[in-house]
Amino acid sequence: MMKYALARAVQAVPTLLLLSIISFVLIHVVPGGPAVVMLGDKATPALIAQINRSLGLNKPLWVQYLIWLEQLLRGNLGYAYSYHQTVASLILTNLPRTLILVVSAIAISHVLAVIIGIYQAVHRDQPVDHALTALLYFLYAMPTFWLGVLMVSMFSINLGWFPSGGLYNPLLAHPTLASYMDHLVLPASVLIIGSVAGWGRYMRSSMAETLVQDYIRTARAKGLSERAVLVHHALKNSLLPLITLVGMSLPSLFSGALIIEIIFDYPGMGLLFWNAAQQRDYPILLGIVIMVGVLTIVGNLLADILYAVVDPRIQYQ
Amino acid sequence: MSVIYSETQTLETEEQMNETSEPSRFRRIFWHHPLAWTGLIGLVALIGFSFAGPLIYRASPYALHLTAILQAPSFRFPLGTNNLGRDVLARLMLGGQMSLEVGFAAAVSAMLIGIIYGLVAGYVGGWLDVIMMRLVDLLRAIPGLFLLIFLDSLVTPSPGLLILLIAFTSWHGVSRLVRAEVLSLKHRLYVEASRAVGGSTAHIALRHLLPNILGTVIVATTFMVADAVLVIASLSFLGMGLPPPTPNWGAMLADAMTYLPQHAWWLIYPPGLAVLWTVLSISFIGDAFRAALDTRMDSRLPGGRTG
Repeated sequence: MMKYALARAVQAVPTLLLLSIISFVLIHVVPGGPAVVMLGDKATPALIAQINRSLGLNKPLWVQYLIWLEQLLRGNLGYAYSYHQTVASLILTNLPRTLILVVSAIAISHVLAVIIGIYQAVHRDQPVDHALTALLYFLYAMPTFWLGVLMVSMFSINLGWFPSGGLYNPLLAHPTLASYMDHLVLPASVLIIGSVAGWGRYMRSSMAETLVQDYIRTARAKGLSERAVLVHHALKNSLLPLITLVGMSLPSLFSGALIIEIIFDYPGMGLLFWNAAQQRDYPILLGIVIMVGVLTIVGNLLADILYAVVDPRIQYQ
Repeated sequence: MSVIYSETQTLETEEQMNETSEPSRFRRIFWHHPLAWTGLIGLVALIGFSFAGPLIYRASPYALHLTAILQAPSFRFPLGTNNLGRDVLARLMLGGQMSLEVGFAAAVSAMLIGIIYGLVAGYVGGWLDVIMMRLVDLLRAIPGLFLLIFLDSLVTPSPGLLILLIAFTSWHGVSRLVRAEVLSLKHRLYVEASRAVGGSTAHIALRHLLPNILGTVIVATTFMVADAVLVIASLSFLGMGLPPPTPNWGAMLADAMTYLPQHAWWLIYPPGLAVLWTVLSISFIGDAFRAALDTRMDSRLPGGRTG
């Protein structure tokens, strides 16, 4: 197991290196180059020359890259001129809010997908199974942004149950937990509906496949209740594919969170990214692209290792 | 010796069978698949609405009717007007043209890049393959929408550029599928035989490998058209993509958000339904293709979509 985890971790290294190389190239493509990226509107010819010297822009390209990489590893992502803050501190305030949204969506949609999957597998090929399949297909094709707009229209404006945004009132330094939860319900629901639609059908087929296995027949033959068979024998094994699916869905979860944060004015990394794009604040844009890339690569790595922990049959070839 | 003999035997019969049964098998399954018909009818209706519609309904999508802003549907404006008094139905049609053209072109471009990249990586193999696949891993790791918004902020988008950007952020899925297929095919006997009698790499790629991976590619490309339409709509919903006044379903919906408190339902439902209709029709066709072409892969992983 340790061997597998290590080998899998080593495999992620070249991808991370490539991410850094491409980001390095992009910084040089951005209008103004790296000095402007770091200085923003504070850029004066003298300062630009000074930065260029300290970045070693007169040195060979690979030396420049190593200097930049060292800065990156120290957490120096540059200066965000539209916010008068370092990019690192901006990401540190906004990232946790996005993670709350994404992680709560992953947790809740797992539970829902499992319930729906089991229910469908048990009622296989009955009308209710087909109806649920059609519903999930429909929800899967549903554009995130339209679902978001419909939720605002129905639950905020028509029914007035939940706020449509404005979590951070400038008069209140920190929102209370209750108001936080209140503001989280609608955005999280949109993300949950999208994920359940994707995972539900995998859960159904995984469960259906498990239910015809020999050990399930044995469990039934022992006289176990159908409930015990489902929960203790079938569920455990059909849960496995979901772990890898979470890793693979991370990019689309982040993309979904971006749209949702903008609709609900939820101040996470997506909203920060979008505002930065309007301002053409490249240090923020690049910093977030790097951050999201690293999170996804590491997330996938953790999912694969977790899979190997739960399923001892996995060996690294 | 006998092993090799029997292997060639089965291969030959397998090929003969494929030769005679493949197209008829496709016809038999595709045209009897209920989703194929639903999807095709939906798509034809959409093409008719977007391209033939403006010939019948001749209102201008750009004309401003400042005396008739935010009008509910009426005889004069069948789907009402927006905040500038523009005709929603006419804009919906023009938005459809743009979505279909750009979505289709982006998916086909991505397909071509993906085929070439996957063929080279899989066929050449070795270190080149390892390096090439790390780039694919990387593109898979960065959420498409983030990359698109970043690239969009570097340039002033035009339809051609938008096609390139979407193709650039979506080809990697096809290349992975193509590479996997090539790896499973390249040591088959008929490929080795072709190489033994001096067949060039290009000949092998075009005559032996490509025909066998076409099914997988067609299915994946069909779903990519649906995803591209979704991405275009998401981008323009976010205010990126093509600048106004070019009508787009996503931008129309973004405008509608401001007028939610006025219950301007005719601004909210038509563009959203149009996107959903398009994505569903194309996905239906993709699913029917998958059943008929008997591809093993599942191109619709939950991680696949960007919008």
